[in-house]
Amino acid sequence: MQIFVNGDSVELKEGATLIDLLEHLSLREAKVAIELNQSIIPRSQHAQQALAEQDQVEIVHAIGGG
Amino acid sequence: MTATETPLTIAGKQYQSRLIVGSGKYQSFEQNREALVASGAEMITVAIRRVNLGQNKGEPSLLEVISPQQYTILPNTAGCYNAADAVRTCRMARELLDGHKLVKLEVLGDQKTLYPNVTETLIAAQELVNDGFDVMVYTSDDPLIAKRLEEMGCVAVMPLGAPIGSGLGIRNPYNIRMILQNAKVPIIVDAGVGTASDAAIAMELGCDGVLMNTAIAEAKNPILMASAMKKAVQSGREAFLAGRMPRRLYASASSPIDGTFF
Repeated sequence: MQIFVNGDSVELKEGATLIDLLEHLSLREAKVAIELNQSIIPRSQHAQQALAEQDQVEIVHAIGGG
Repeated sequence: MTATETPLTIAGKQYQSRLIVGSGKYQSFEQNREALVASGAEMITVAIRRVNLGQNKGEPSLLEVISPQQYTILPNTAGCYNAADAVRTCRMARELLDGHKLVKLEVLGDQKTLYPNVTETLIAAQELVNDGFDVMVYTSDDPLIAKRLEEMGCVAVMPLGAPIGSGLGIRNPYNIRMILQNAKVPIIVDAGVGTASDAAIAMELGCDGVLMNTAIAEAKNPILMASAMKKAVQSGREAFLAGRMPRRLYASASSPIDGTFF
């Protein structure tokens, strides 16, 4: 299935969860926050949260800023 | 020595340092970290941005270099031009930082001036306070707006001294004084400081703290400037507590007139 992560198209197998996506992106250990279709998915729910075709995912982290 | 000095308290937490620093525009994490140490600051702002997919694998992230256990992380809403984006950014920051409630709200008006969009700032501040955030709010130096943000429940009000990144110093000290006279929450000058004397002026006016980024990060030697800013904030604070002498138009001799022999 096709989903969009930070605006980029990503192909994942059917039934993939957010943890699968983080694994796919080598972000499993990264300190990030995730929105799925503009709703925040708490870290504790990443393993259960299934993804669906055309989902919009935002993955953010902290960077330098003033 | 300082009979009346008390720690800066923001949202119930005490800080010995009255200098808050940013983490933008540094050449490396290492330079940022060294400047942070030299500044003595206990609170540091960060921005919330998309992860670069497929890039920088294995590189440390900012929060690995600047530990949330050691420093109070102040996520900002820089880059937001409306209330909805700012609120959304704060909620992402709260999730990122494991329920952390302290945020720096800034809603900008346009890219040239980076002046605050005050109407959107007011909307976002109310929504964030209602949602349980501790809001430190960047705003204009308008005393009425500052008071309104305080009354809404913001934990600190942060008027600009001059536009963000301009280094022009405290351009309207009289407005800052008016804000201070009416304030019941910490007032922190955020933006405009260019060099150490600007930070000292903000503190001499009676501000509770100073927040700066570019003045340190864009100095030729950021680590030395961070050290200068630490001292400037401390000396400005002490001068404020000491109470300055009155300004006089004419001279007032320091040596006594009595006892002259000529």
